[in-house]
Amino acid sequence: MTAEAGAMRRLGSDPLRLALLAIRLGPALILLLLVVIMSMLSPAFLTMLNVGNVLAQTAVIAVLAIGQLLVILTRGIDLSVGSTLALASVTGALVYSAAPSGPVVVLAMLATGMAVGAINGMGYVLGRLPHPFIITLATLSAGRGLALWLSGGQPQQGMPEVVQVMGGGSAGWLPYSAFLVAAVALAVVLLTTRMVWGRWIYAVGGNPEGARRTAIPVDRVVISVYVLSGLAAGIAAIVTSGRLNAGSPTFGDLAELDSIAAVVIGGASFLGGRGSVGNALVGALMIGIIRNGMNLLDVNAFLQPIVIGVVIVLAVESDVVRGRLESRFRTAQAARS
Amino acid sequence: MTPALAVRGATKRFGAVLALDGVDLAVFPGEVLALLGDNGAGKSTLIKCISGVHRLDSGSIEMGGVAVTMGSPAAARALGIETVYQDLALFDNLDPVANFYAGREIAGPRWLPRGLRLLRRRDMSRATGELLTRLQVGIADPHATVGLMSGGQRQAIAVARAAAFASKVVILDEPTAALGLRESRRVLDLILRLREEGHAVIVISHAMDHVIEIADRAAVLRRGRKVGEMRPTPDNRQAIVSLIVGGDS
Repeated sequence: MTAEAGAMRRLGSDPLRLALLAIRLGPALILLLLVVIMSMLSPAFLTMLNVGNVLAQTAVIAVLAIGQLLVILTRGIDLSVGSTLALASVTGALVYSAAPSGPVVVLAMLATGMAVGAINGMGYVLGRLPHPFIITLATLSAGRGLALWLSGGQPQQGMPEVVQVMGGGSAGWLPYSAFLVAAVALAVVLLTTRMVWGRWIYAVGGNPEGARRTAIPVDRVVISVYVLSGLAAGIAAIVTSGRLNAGSPTFGDLAELDSIAAVVIGGASFLGGRGSVGNALVGALMIGIIRNGMNLLDVNAFLQPIVIGVVIVLAVESDVVRGRLESRFRTAQAARS
Repeated sequence: MTPALAVRGATKRFGAVLALDGVDLAVFPGEVLALLGDNGAGKSTLIKCISGVHRLDSGSIEMGGVAVTMGSPAAARALGIETVYQDLALFDNLDPVANFYAGREIAGPRWLPRGLRLLRRRDMSRATGELLTRLQVGIADPHATVGLMSGGQRQAIAVARAAAFASKVVILDEPTAALGLRESRRVLDLILRLREEGHAVIVISHAMDHVIEIADRAAVLRRGRKVGEMRPTPDNRQAIVSLIVGGDS
């Protein structure tokens, strides 16, 4: 190939490449923009107190979104996380009244989450259900029902010290729950980018049949993401219960939709195999900041869900544009190879 | 010489359909064997039996003169057989290196269960680079996801992946079916390099020109039976074609 041809190739592909990069970084850029706009509109926004507030309010969505991301990476969806959160918090409260030990309560909440996740994953895989929507819709209903039944429909007061500190404590203006989110995020970043299992999660999402042929344990990988999403719901239950010093069957109402929204705003693909922990956190923060910002600006509360709806559509539309650009990129590359 | 792979009396039935009816087939190291036949002749069933996807109802498979059973795709791979299916089984969302090592990642430490091991990304990246250089497969951007690559590059990656891990036999199902002229050329060259490296290569193809060019021998299947075997040349092209479609008609 001549030098000219090489130069032309580069000219042909570089704007595309740049556009692709911009769209990949899109969620983070939009978050940055949002922060800048908010801090100009409201002097209270970038105060330590308020930043701490945003982090505390976002912690639950963030943890749930990280679990949800793993599920969505495998082309799945977990509708049950809000109900699971409620069930885990009620279980924690009941265990606390019977055995007032911090570690036992924490373990009970985490185990409850993982148990629901195991039901989701095994029900989907072993029951050969057509889509995880179905089993997690069932556990969304049954989980909430079980939480209501166990609690008699009433919030159960009282949580052990360690749960209260994790959910409601803070180091200065930094809530402990933010550290918890950071720890969960780090662990899942390690899983998804450094570990064999994480590579398999992406492989299963990208091409389940191909993964089977390369002897990746597809069923176990799929089950594991639901268990991990359930575990995330258990952790979120600790944060919620700790902050309010109670277990309640009404906790986490519609939280599953927030977590899905966060993952989607973060640019993960419903077709599986694409998405990252960082971007899911960005999505969660965006939702948190929109809510917090509109409160600060005293905007009618009914407007918040509308704005979040618009953001979801914009985020997914940018994903569509990215897909188009990528296929153009591919055609351009095919033409010159 | 002992064949790298020999199939004897392969028979496979799907319900009322006799897909394979006593097929004998052998392929030697450093040889390209073309497997020809019309749609439904049994080619795909035969390679699926060889690669462990299906099990033979009766008949035997030998590798290097030793009888083996292909209980699963993993078993076939462990015996040194790699198959490139028509739909490639690539992971469009992963880069070439991750595609190469999908399901057999280099990772450590060894005392951890496999899933929990940490990926040795640099090792995998280096080994992939070396192999692609050896097979003269040029990848424009080794860090791009495979989904962004052209059909020829994708095919080349799939074939190179098979070559990398097949110690004995590489099976290619229609490797040039969806490719343009230049891209086909590259894949054909790649197949010839596999032969030079001593692999036994089985190629299913409908492209007679390609078969004549690269295959040392062609076996023709019709309705589950082997109806002929010959060296494909421009001169016997017609004879082969009539074997495929049924000469008596």
